Amino acid sequence: MRSYRLLAAGLLLVALPAVANATSRTHEFRLDNGLELIVQEDHRAPVAVVQVWYRVGSAHEHDGITGVSHALEHMMFKETKNLATGEFSELVAARGGRENAFTSTDYTAYFQQWSAENVEESFRLEAERMQNLVISEEEFAKEINVVLEERRLRTDDNPQALASEAARAVAFQTSPYRQPVIGWEADIQQMTAADLRTWYERWYGPNNAILVVVGDVDPQAVLGLARKHFGAIPARTIAPPRARPEVPQRGTKRITFTSDKARVPYLVMGFKAPVLLQAVTGDRVEDWEIYALEVLAETLDGDDSARLQQNLVRGRELATHIDAGFSATSMLPTLFYFSAVPRDGVSLADLETAVLGEIDALLSHPPTTAELERIKAQVVSASVFELDSMQHQAIVIGSLRAVGLDWRLKDTYVDKIKAVTAEQVRAVAAKYFKPASLTVAHLLPEDAP
Amino acid sequence: MRHLAASVVALLLGCVQAATALAGPQIEHWQTANGARVYFVAAPEIPMMDVRIVFDAGSARDGQHAGLANFTNDLLLEGTADLDADAFNRELGRTGARLSNATARDMAYLNLRTLVDPVYATPALALLRATIGQPRFAPAALERVKARTLMALRHKAQSPAAIADDVFYAQLYPAHPYGSPTDGTPTSVPTLTHAEVVAFHARHYVARNAVIAIVGALDRAAAETIAAELASALPAGEAAPGLPTVTVGPAHEERVEFPSIQSHVRVGLPGISRDDPDYFPLLVGNHALGGNSLVSILFREIRSNRGLSYSAYSYFMPMAEAGPFVAVLQTDRSQEAEALRVLHETIATFVADGPPAADLEAARQNLIGGFPLRVDSNDKIVEYIAMLGFYGLPLDYLDTFTARVASVTAAQVKEAFARRLALDKLVTVVVGRAAATDG
Repeated sequence: MRSYRLLAAGLLLVALPAVANATSRTHEFRLDNGLELIVQEDHRAPVAVVQVWYRVGSAHEHDGITGVSHALEHMMFKETKNLATGEFSELVAARGGRENAFTSTDYTAYFQQWSAENVEESFRLEAERMQNLVISEEEFAKEINVVLEERRLRTDDNPQALASEAARAVAFQTSPYRQPVIGWEADIQQMTAADLRTWYERWYGPNNAILVVVGDVDPQAVLGLARKHFGAIPARTIAPPRARPEVPQRGTKRITFTSDKARVPYLVMGFKAPVLLQAVTGDRVEDWEIYALEVLAETLDGDDSARLQQNLVRGRELATHIDAGFSATSMLPTLFYFSAVPRDGVSLADLETAVLGEIDALLSHPPTTAELERIKAQVVSASVFELDSMQHQAIVIGSLRAVGLDWRLKDTYVDKIKAVTAEQVRAVAAKYFKPASLTVAHLLPEDAP
Repeated sequence: MRHLAASVVALLLGCVQAATALAGPQIEHWQTANGARVYFVAAPEIPMMDVRIVFDAGSARDGQHAGLANFTNDLLLEGTADLDADAFNRELGRTGARLSNATARDMAYLNLRTLVDPVYATPALALLRATIGQPRFAPAALERVKARTLMALRHKAQSPAAIADDVFYAQLYPAHPYGSPTDGTPTSVPTLTHAEVVAFHARHYVARNAVIAIVGALDRAAAETIAAELASALPAGEAAPGLPTVTVGPAHEERVEFPSIQSHVRVGLPGISRDDPDYFPLLVGNHALGGNSLVSILFREIRSNRGLSYSAYSYFMPMAEAGPFVAVLQTDRSQEAEALRVLHETIATFVADGPPAADLEAARQNLIGGFPLRVDSNDKIVEYIAMLGFYGLPLDYLDTFTARVASVTAAQVKEAFARRLALDKLVTVVVGRAAATDG
């Protein structure tokens, strides 16, 4: 069963929250140095998650230093002025904590999950590495090899990931979304410890960070601890990178990608799509369009009764797997993507035509009342189900704030979805699913005819 | 496979391992009239429930038909006597519920997550009941799911990690049902027949072979009604017989050639069953060796100190019979020999010398301090109680967990590892290029 679409662009395929009283459980503060603190109470279990989000990701990078945000994330687990290499993780582990970090196009985030009594230890440790990171040549030399191994594992030895990486690089001509989060191999190989130090100095300040705490905590007490540990860290001057807007696309782009490792053909299609931040900032997009695109995504691929499943996986039996969706809360305009594996004997061209046929069908047959009712039932359920995970709740808040969106959007999501009409879905299908804004990648096994 | 959504692809620094001590949730247990075992935890905070039905119907029950258990379980989601696949999915979609399934070597299960509001829960539970008791098994669905499974097997064949896992099990269990891949093989799956599916379902999807786990915002009376209703869809039947005992073979290395940049390595041997008296010494010892995610000995030696691999971890997977102990890494082909040497030496030193005091203490502290995270969501609790029920573990397993971890000594770990991790029986599997020609 598929997960529901995340309004917030995060690492997990998660659903969007909205519970009537969620807002009242959420408390927002800002320290004098610009650090944002958002605390959401959840007293179901005596635990808490602490996340620190920095507004820097691969979309802030430029040619030649791609992957620097992610490499820096790795080094954040090493040495600081007051912590020896490895001590950070030893301290977390010794109290039963789970920790990790993730980097995306738009942000880099660090987290600990542990007993709620350890929130102060999180703050102490995170404040230390926010201001006192030490990037030694010796540790960098070892860790950059780990990053290269990670790239081989995730991308270079994974034909579908490699094809998707290539498709994005083709789809985006000038937008930094053309760059992979992990970075191009040559950039990783040539990266230096000095590059990381410069990047750290440029972005890692309290005024470029959001501290999110969800768990069995008292918001005022958390605020006091935040002031104690982060309050004295001076703000940095954060200069955003120059804007590199995507140039208008003027025709379908295509690549055929072959791999000696691939055994399965794979189709990737992406249409340029707007994001919620554009609607908020008045950048040529209306708010309702984004929610209509969400409903459109659910109509096509919300669950196993959705059109792509019913018509192409069952029905015409052209695909064994198919996915569709988009990330409405990315920082920059994104792609509404489709990915599919054909049934044996079905060509990628035929499958592509069939997907386009389903898009055309949205114009003549926009979602029915029954389809809209199904989608509403699912977003309502999803908004309850997601309360089962503190980590998820924190990711939704953090990923919204990281790109400059109001976290309260999580609480209005269900109502916004419920308000979408069939005509609005038809309208966004007509507006955004144009051949001129399409990129198609065909991945073929090398021995394919 | 949401691959193009790479803007949201996030890169985790390390692999998150299961971490772990206090009292567990209050588990209630009973049997339905026809013999299904029920485990229930009331979780009143969120107006939802999880219902998981586990059958002793994993791929260890495939017999001569590799993939049959998985195929049968997948087909449960393809319609019921009254509803074809389209109608079934439409009805399910209207409830907002999520129905998922999975097949492992020991077990196959279905999991339903629904709001407790009867407007949604009643039809969702009725659909779950129908899937287990009256699956449609339509010929067209069989052919479609077969095609999908074959494509999934081809997809596995392009993943060196998936190949390494299959080969590792095959090497550890050459004469045991655990040796066969859960989802079958490209030669076995096409031969699976409707009659075999029907017979497998009739034999294994029966009340005495089932565990029903329920967690959610409902009281015991409501849970009893739900469990009874679900179980009544099943004949009483018989529990599946015990599986054969695992015999441990000699040490050897198995190489599989594959054009990947990295070599994927698995080192291990058959380990322990769920009721093994060595469980806690081995759990704590392995946590020090390769389980305590960013601070374990393997992580330190292979990744932190040498930068040889992104992943470096080990675990015991206790199963109905001896499940594997496995250590995992992947590295560029040019570093394979060094990585293998470090891996083998690290394991050998650990077995010979026992756990270093600091690592053992760190492991105990992490397992004990992390216990609340094991039971902090309905999702995790339903998984735990289903596991406890399936393997017949004591209901106070979670309540006694931290005390048992705390009581493990270095001498117990050393002694248990010496008996259970025989270095002269370690199997090494490497999937990658034959020679490091182009680096």
